[in-house]
Amino acid sequence: MDRLRSLLENHWKLGLGLAIVLTVAGTGLMGHLVWDVTRARVGSTELNLPPIWVRNPGPMFPKPDPTSPLGSDSSGRDMLALLIAATPNSLRVGVVAAGVGMAAGIFLGFTAGFLGGWVDNTIRVVADAVITVPALAVLIVISSYVRQIDLNNMAILLACFAWPAPTRTIRAQVLSMRHRPFVQMARLSGASSFEIMFLEILPNLLPYLAASFTGTVSASILAATGLEALGLGPTRIPTLGMTIFYAIKASAILRGMWWWWGFPIFMLVLIFSGLFLVTIGLDEIANPRLRGAPRR
Amino acid sequence: MSKGAQTARTSHPLLDIRRATKIFGAGFLHKGQGVQALKEVNLSIADSPPRIVTIAGESGCGKSTLANAILGFVSLTSGHVLYRNKDVASMNRKERSAYRRQVQAVFQDPYAANNPFYTMKHVFEVPIRHFNLARTRTQARDLMETALNLVGLRGEEILEKHPHQMSGGQRQRIMMARAYLLQPRLIVADEPVSMVDASLRAMVLDIMLRMRDEHGISFLYITHDLSTAYQVGDDLCLIYRGRIVERGHAAAVIEDPKHPYVQLLLDSIPVPDPEQSWHLEIRADDDEDTAGIPSRGCLFRPRCPHRMPQCSEQEPADYPVDPSGHEVACFLYERRGSVITG
Amino acid sequence: MSVLRIQDLNVHYETNRGTVVAVKDMNLSIESREMVGLVGESGCGKTTAAMAILRLVQPPGKIVKGTVWIEDTNISHLDKEALREVRWRKLALIPQGAMNSLNPVMRIRVQMADVIKTHEKRISGEAVQARIRSLLRSVDLPERVASMYPHELSGGMKQRVCIAMAISLNPPLLIADEPTSALDVVVQRRVARTLLQIKDRMGVSLILIGHDMGLMAQLVDRIVVMYAGHVAEIAPVKDLFTQPRHPYTCLLIESVPSIKERKPLKITEGLTHDLREQPPGCVFQYRCNHATEHCRCESPVLRQTTPGHWVACHRESSQPTPEADS
Repeated sequence: MDRLRSLLENHWKLGLGLAIVLTVAGTGLMGHLVWDVTRARVGSTELNLPPIWVRNPGPMFPKPDPTSPLGSDSSGRDMLALLIAATPNSLRVGVVAAGVGMAAGIFLGFTAGFLGGWVDNTIRVVADAVITVPALAVLIVISSYVRQIDLNNMAILLACFAWPAPTRTIRAQVLSMRHRPFVQMARLSGASSFEIMFLEILPNLLPYLAASFTGTVSASILAATGLEALGLGPTRIPTLGMTIFYAIKASAILRGMWWWWGFPIFMLVLIFSGLFLVTIGLDEIANPRLRGAPRR
Repeated sequence: MSKGAQTARTSHPLLDIRRATKIFGAGFLHKGQGVQALKEVNLSIADSPPRIVTIAGESGCGKSTLANAILGFVSLTSGHVLYRNKDVASMNRKERSAYRRQVQAVFQDPYAANNPFYTMKHVFEVPIRHFNLARTRTQARDLMETALNLVGLRGEEILEKHPHQMSGGQRQRIMMARAYLLQPRLIVADEPVSMVDASLRAMVLDIMLRMRDEHGISFLYITHDLSTAYQVGDDLCLIYRGRIVERGHAAAVIEDPKHPYVQLLLDSIPVPDPEQSWHLEIRADDDEDTAGIPSRGCLFRPRCPHRMPQCSEQEPADYPVDPSGHEVACFLYERRGSVITG
Repeated sequence: MSVLRIQDLNVHYETNRGTVVAVKDMNLSIESREMVGLVGESGCGKTTAAMAILRLVQPPGKIVKGTVWIEDTNISHLDKEALREVRWRKLALIPQGAMNSLNPVMRIRVQMADVIKTHEKRISGEAVQARIRSLLRSVDLPERVASMYPHELSGGMKQRVCIAMAISLNPPLLIADEPTSALDVVVQRRVARTLLQIKDRMGVSLILIGHDMGLMAQLVDRIVVMYAGHVAEIAPVKDLFTQPRHPYTCLLIESVPSIKERKPLKITEGLTHDLREQPPGCVFQYRCNHATEHCRCESPVLRQTTPGHWVACHRESSQPTPEADS
């Protein structure tokens, strides 16, 4: 019991962050068990319903309806159902983009850091070049050129810009570990380069890689949401960003329909906060010097 | 060793270092001349009997560079490291593997030598796997147990623990056990006790002695501490700025040092006896801070109380002091017709 | 009046898995112009004790008991402001690895001026530069060092710069934590000579923390031996080496390999008890060859045997006090 308590105390950021992210993911993945998700489709409810707790909606809006507790948009989509449907999609884009980006980053970063020489130089130059390219601008151009984009393609597109940062940081970590005595020991014991990279160095980098991953997920979701809010996302698939886009397109702000853009933004804030806490929490595990009490 | 034990192989020394030179940071892409870590170092370690050859010098003198060159971690700018007459730099994978079996190492930092992710067992399992030292798990376990017992430890108290759960002395003994596991001919011990507490050093050094006497393993013991070199070394070479300045039997060199640098070193060691003064009040011109590195001639000249005009012209060669193999690189001991070349 | 007086100092470290007693019941006083060596192996509490004197102990460490007097000021209850005044002016510290903590992008004279100006706000620029020059002279460094950067200096020179910074406000007491551990033997002698010089010329008292008994023998006036947080023995340096009374002191002296004669190595076990669990009785009992039942039950108290020579060992107190002359 004591150990559990001290574990929670020492790593509360990680714990809290994980709790938030898992709750968000949970509502998305299991929300359909408690709520009818088909109500996210156009025309499921009365139009422009405000959330259930609004007392005096004013003359422009109908009275709240208990079957749409979070209100509805101007096409009759139930907000709650929409949130439940959209959240996992938004998360998925981030996770896939980060996954592909990290996989490339790990492979390239390890190879560059460990092998050195011209391999290192090539990878480094390419990574540095891609980083300087303004990703969002390029993504906007590409997305507007492609008519119909689906979630997976979007994820791959984002991954193309997500790989350089992990590559550089992993390369730096590998470089610093490369000359450590335990790597020399492994060499003396006959280990091959491959074994040293993946059996000796990689396990020590796991918390770091995990933190890098969640950070990349966060960045990818942000980029995806940005593209969607501009209208460049998938039109038929509900995502948080597209919801915001439709809200802006229908002048929801001017009309006072705060619930249309407010709830997606709230969800996004939760997701980013949660991921941020997880990243910091993992960082603390990876780097003991960031922990509060000094170690003797 | 009886005559019958001599084979064709023993006609070559175990390790022969010839004119080893290493310059860091020189070349096309670098500014300046670079740092000369090793200069024309010659050293030979015989196949038998097993001996503890000590390389001593202060930090930055090049002794670790020499160790790294022998172990194949650093390539020499010029010169060769020959293992049984085969150049280490030109070995193929198979020969390199055989070389690693014969020449092992113990490093200075017993904590950093372990991968913190694994338990201590890992440090034995990797070489067992690579060199096929055991066929079954039990065999492997037995090997580990024997090696650990040799250094005074037991498997059950060590193998499942992580590096941070052990003391520095224990970790270093485990490293010695690991080196022993492979039954090498030579162990390169790079400052094995400098990060171990003073009262525990004897234990680690004693293991070195026992491995030499009971298992025929030679050591290349690298240290900056002349006291331990005196206690356990058979032969002693002193390095100053990448050159060997004096060599011979450890007792002879320390009891009767010839080179002015070695005399300075020995004088500077504080003796744990308040009656024998360190002579702090005597001002010596020996500050290495104000002395530069001469581009020609003897490297120690700027700090040497006995410098002669000859010392700024050429570098001294190795001159013998007596027939026992005690040599000194100092013009004070030059006698015509008895210069050692090579 | 003593320059430093420590009474009943106790420092604990609260960890997840128990309380570590880092320093227990330390009593010590240091006189003017005296160099005292604080000796022990890693984990014995010497650095913690030094930090505790300056109240620099970080959590999870905590000073649970004890008072510290510097000259006539009780510093144990001073507030932060007053404590800042005391630090550096009355008591300066050269921590371990100080020479590697010099700011790499500032010239030496800028760093030294920083120290002086922080504690003497009204001093003029001229006076600061003059003092820097005089400080460098007192540690035998040439004046040109002032305009150099740390990376241009050798290890010994950097350490002497740290010593100069420590004495810049003329404190009566200086604590040097392992000042020569990272230095080579020849450079060590130079830095040791500098420490002696500032003691003689400037009348500074010094606490020298280290583990090298050879260095201690050559440098200090008195030695305090610590083991696992307890003070085992205090004696003038000659007495300690000719007549070491505590078994641990004997062990430490014997562990120093001799450069004068070849002897067989003396092998000993390391720290055998977990620092979280104080054994009942003497803390050294597991390593002591002379431990008796009494030692296992009762912890010995520091007692004076000959004048100035204090030991915490039951063996000593059961013997009659030897004559003062010998």
